[in-house]
Amino acid sequence: MTTEVGSASEVKKESDQLGADATKEKPKEAAENQQNQSSDLEEEKDSQSSPSAKSQSSTQRQKRQKDPSESRGISRFIPPWLKKQKSYNLVVAKDGGDKREPTQAVVEEQVLDKEESLPEEERQAKGDAEEAAQRKQQVIKVDIEEEKPSVSSPETQPAEEVRKEEREEEKVKEIQEDKSEEAAKRETKEVQTNELNAEKAVQKATKKTKSVQCKVTLLDGTEYSCDLEKRAKGQVLFDKVCEHLNLLEKDYFGLSFQESPEQKNWLDPAKQIKRQLRNLPWLFTFNVKFYPPDPSQLTEDITRYFLCLQLRQDIASGRLPCSFVTHALLGSYTLQAELGDYDPEEHASHDLSDFQFAPSQTKELEEKVVELHKTHRGLSPAQADSQFLENAKRLSMYGVDLHHAKDSEGVDIKLGVCANGLLIYKDRLRINRFAWPKILKISYKRSNFYIKVRPAELEQFESTIGFKLPNHRAAKRLWKVCVEHHTFYRLVSPEQPPKAKFLTLGSKFRYSGRTQAQTRQASTLIDRPAPHFERTSSKRASRILDGALVGVVDQSLTKDSPGPGEVSAYGRGVVSTAIVQDGDGRRDLRSPTKAPHVHLIEGKKNSLRVEGDNIYVRHSNLMLEDLDKAQEDILKHQASISELKRNFMESTPEPRPNEWEKRRITPLSLQIQGRKGDHLFKDILSMTEKHQMAATRTVEEKAQAADKKRAPESEGPCAGASDAVKSSHETLNVVEEKKQAEVGKDERVITEEMNGKELSPGSGPGDIRKVEPLTQKDSTSLSSESSSSSESEEEDVGEYRPHHRVTEGTIKEEQEEDEEEVEEEPSQASQVVEREAAVPEASPDRHAGASVSAVETVTQEHVVALNIPAEKSVHEGAFKQDVSEDTEDEQHKVNGEVSHVDIDVLPQIICCSEPPVVKTEMVTISDASQRTEISTKEVPIVQTETKTITYESPQIDGGAAGDSGTLLTAQTITSDSVSTTTTTHITKTIKGGISETRIEKRIVITGDTDIDHDQALAQAIREAREQHPDMSVTRVVVHKETELDEGEE
Amino acid sequence: MGTPGEGLGRCSHALIRGVPESLASGEGAGAGLPALDLAKAQREHGVLGGKLRQRLGLQLLELPPEESLPLGPLLGDTAVIQGDTALITRPWSPARRPEVDGVRKALQDLGLRIVEMADENATLDGTDVLFTGREFFVGLSKWTNHRGAEIVADTFRDFAVSTVPVSSPCHLRSFCGMGGPRTVVAGSSDAAQKAVRAMAVLTDHPYASLTLPDDAAADCLFLRPGLPGVLPFLLHRGGGDALQKLSDVTLVPVSCSELEKAGAGLSSLCLVLSTRPHS
Repeated sequence: MTTEVGSASEVKKESDQLGADATKEKPKEAAENQQNQSSDLEEEKDSQSSPSAKSQSSTQRQKRQKDPSESRGISRFIPPWLKKQKSYNLVVAKDGGDKREPTQAVVEEQVLDKEESLPEEERQAKGDAEEAAQRKQQVIKVDIEEEKPSVSSPETQPAEEVRKEEREEEKVKEIQEDKSEEAAKRETKEVQTNELNAEKAVQKATKKTKSVQCKVTLLDGTEYSCDLEKRAKGQVLFDKVCEHLNLLEKDYFGLSFQESPEQKNWLDPAKQIKRQLRNLPWLFTFNVKFYPPDPSQLTEDITRYFLCLQLRQDIASGRLPCSFVTHALLGSYTLQAELGDYDPEEHASHDLSDFQFAPSQTKELEEKVVELHKTHRGLSPAQADSQFLENAKRLSMYGVDLHHAKDSEGVDIKLGVCANGLLIYKDRLRINRFAWPKILKISYKRSNFYIKVRPAELEQFESTIGFKLPNHRAAKRLWKVCVEHHTFYRLVSPEQPPKAKFLTLGSKFRYSGRTQAQTRQASTLIDRPAPHFERTSSKRASRILDGALVGVVDQSLTKDSPGPGEVSAYGRGVVSTAIVQDGDGRRDLRSPTKAPHVHLIEGKKNSLRVEGDNIYVRHSNLMLEDLDKAQEDILKHQASISELKRNFMESTPEPRPNEWEKRRITPLSLQIQGRKGDHLFKDILSMTEKHQMAATRTVEEKAQAADKKRAPESEGPCAGASDAVKSSHETLNVVEEKKQAEVGKDERVITEEMNGKELSPGSGPGDIRKVEPLTQKDSTSLSSESSSSSESEEEDVGEYRPHHRVTEGTIKEEQEEDEEEVEEEPSQASQVVEREAAVPEASPDRHAGASVSAVETVTQEHVVALNIPAEKSVHEGAFKQDVSEDTEDEQHKVNGEVSHVDIDVLPQIICCSEPPVVKTEMVTISDASQRTEISTKEVPIVQTETKTITYESPQIDGGAAGDSGTLLTAQTITSDSVSTTTTTHITKTIKGGISETRIEKRIVITGDTDIDHDQALAQAIREAREQHPDMSVTRVVVHKETELDEGEE
Repeated sequence: MGTPGEGLGRCSHALIRGVPESLASGEGAGAGLPALDLAKAQREHGVLGGKLRQRLGLQLLELPPEESLPLGPLLGDTAVIQGDTALITRPWSPARRPEVDGVRKALQDLGLRIVEMADENATLDGTDVLFTGREFFVGLSKWTNHRGAEIVADTFRDFAVSTVPVSSPCHLRSFCGMGGPRTVVAGSSDAAQKAVRAMAVLTDHPYASLTLPDDAAADCLFLRPGLPGVLPFLLHRGGGDALQKLSDVTLVPVSCSELEKAGAGLSSLCLVLSTRPHS
């Protein structure tokens, strides 16, 4: 599902979708409590949802309209109450729908014979959609009915998929129409088998619903398919693919899926595939995600080979522009690698037009290729690949991921994310560049993307630059890509534990994989004989596939840009022999028939645009309003100069080689085979699991300063918090909030929510988070927006600070997709709370940043309130979700989920409230040319500044809102040390049979600049953490009072 | 493509164009040029050609002067050459546009791939383009506009092409140049320093920066005729001692004190190219 809201004209559609959402949600509930009671509720939801749909922004509307995945079928004409019924009917088919891939017709049949997987059948049904739809539905329906009596789990799943189903089907129809010819053929085949399949499906539906078939288009154009457990995470699939490819150096690669023709997202390995795909088919492409700046440092030839394949696609599709000469040179290396030495006789038999050396290939180019090919005699395929890469890597657009945007003046530009930073292009011209070291913070808000850059030499103030992306999702995707690239290429430093690097302030999103330094280190441990692999030229692959039609269909489906694979697919239809070379340059002749076996499914072209999404560094925080406001906010965020210096002092990026070298030296203890992300979350997981297992239902709250403490190093949110605190050095006050206070908040939140009811359905915390703190109205609209797009990633706002340390005071956490879905009614209260919390943040926050940088503080006081909400709440949320989705294996999953959730959840919101005093001048620069001329004229005025920063976990104790529970015990302990005063409140309550312990610590740190407040805070957090290892930090409030000195700085 | 920066200065031929009398008289150009000492200007031009041919060992092609093209000798504005590709520019001054014809012909005869600027809205003076061996910087000056720069980017796709605002009434190359594959030489004027800072921001590659007291001194040419074992040359206009800091180059001073009154500099007085750029 897309995040965006539909247009007014599509309101109806929207509401239908919402209805579908509701349908989905409801079943979950039903599963928990009772089944088959939801229809009424659903109707209500529908009615609620539709209003929200109307308040959408125009931008998003446009996007929506374009989005092919939008539902446009009959379903929209069906009244909500009927809809549910329908969806159920379709449920079974849904699985197939996911896989639905016209291209696979031929292959499918084979597969079907040997394996009667439900997905397969369904897929066929889908392909057949128009003709067979009816029949299929009936069959399926029967199936479902049978299921209903059964346990809740089966039912739940179907319900969830209903919506997807509908869309899938519609989509298929569209496609078919477009490709009537091909579709016709395919249909014929499918129809024949359909009935049979349907029957099988019926029989197996119950058992099979758990597994889903994935199809992954590989770089050589072949297709890999496998069955995955439905709840599998991205990593599982990725590992399978890499295993299939025999690829060890896999951190440079990723799986992407296509959200819309223009938008491709990276599959997050750490999250469930299903949640990321929403209703999209389970179709992926395997792509290079992080282009190694120096491919020669890759350990294995096979890795280089895949990189070559990717680059050939990039070149053929025009994503990687080359001059004529370079096209020819790279093409000649391709020939050398794939065909071996130039052989006049053999050459005659080759039709070079089957190769795609350039987006538009001329005879002249082919001649030049051949001419250069002759000069490569003697190069082994591996050597030829290396030469290819040596030349390709120097291309200016190598590894640059372009995103369309507009600058502050509405001028079309492109933002290019690469290993070194962010590049700004206008047309083909580079007009500005922000190296990672220059970037203090990256954030996005709605469709705006912001970077805060370090002041230039002669400037005093940081400036924030805003860009307008086509839509919110594009902004988010860009943000993620930035976060990931920064993490991957820049973040490993010897001093810090690897974990630390992955964390981003208060954010849930983070890059979960290894950084380049780590993967390099890991690569050095690879100890295996060079694997033999076949260099199958795209040309040959395509030929083989020609007969099958598969290639063509796929292409149409995927809409990929033309790549090598494509060429083959469209190839002349020559039947052929495939020449395969192994790493040693041996060549084998293969019969056409054999080829298909080698590559399970070929002909699919993968030229997925690696446009934009990344995986794990997400955080979000900054609440930015409109562009102006937002910028202001950002600008004012506090940044400590010292912090900056510490982290980013390198004003000029080091030459790559040095950097690489340095990284290489970095000691890493990662295992080669380790899965991405696993190690990252270890700590957190262990904690969480502990909780779950032991305290099952007991909610505990802890003041885990420790938690936070630790977090800085490895976990995001917590780290962020502490970091933030640090950045504002001076006096630290750690205050733990009392539960009562919190309760009050919750209630308030609830009220708010009532007002903006539209929000509630399906919207997760993330949604709320989006809401702008400022006005109720605003929030409402936002929320509605979010609700409509609940399925998609919700975050409107994202923030990332590319430093290890966060310099900002305000951090707002965003929900991850997972969490969003997880969220249910109970949690909403907490969400609301967050939102509320956010309110204060906006204004205060904006003043913070500037002042810090400009003013030297004499005395500061930080008040940090650590509120560690019981893990329980988090767990609960997760639990519920699981239950609703799948009753069967919840416990298991719960654990997994929880850990995940927990991580994400940590501090969710940080609010800053502070009487804005000083401040900065906002400067927007998007062009280097203007840069030097901008200087801040407003000199900060000295004053006293107070600031409060609140970090909150998104899912703060869901129960808190509704019933406050019964208070069991409460105690207060106070202790003093040199510069700190610690007050601890411990409250135990029982609600709904769950006991909850909440510990709130207030730590007041007083002193002048001599005191390292950061240290003090860190210490406090650490101690708290140690004292209550089982608890998690729910909230951190930092209150800082600073006396600003005029004239300083 | 070769090693990064390796392509810088690689050359086998140099192209110059004689000084017409009309340059000395200041007619025709419509640029309000001061009167020149024609004989001196021609002498200087001759010396330049001699050094290119004899000192550097380049094949020298000299186009005949044309009276209708007083600024014809400044043929550096008429083409941007990298590797085997020559982009024929569209000079800002309409009066100068005919200058490209002779140059085009000559370059074509040398076997270069000729790329034309068809866009009527584009203007580009060749001396607003600085090639560092790794990338291009195009000065957005009085003479060169964004569209012109874009065509540079379109033409030389292997390279990053960045735009640099040029505030002074000069071409980019009139105050900066390459002192070596990794060294940018620039004058000390505000405009020069500003441009250098902008370039530092825009580049992915670290360059050393050498500041010379005189802008004109930075208008130098780093040339590598490709003779094995021979140091590359740096043609300069007498930059003083600062250039001595450059190592691994042979300094070759060339005076063009008279020609510079017409806005000429080393970068505009000759075009260098290699007929075998990829070998």
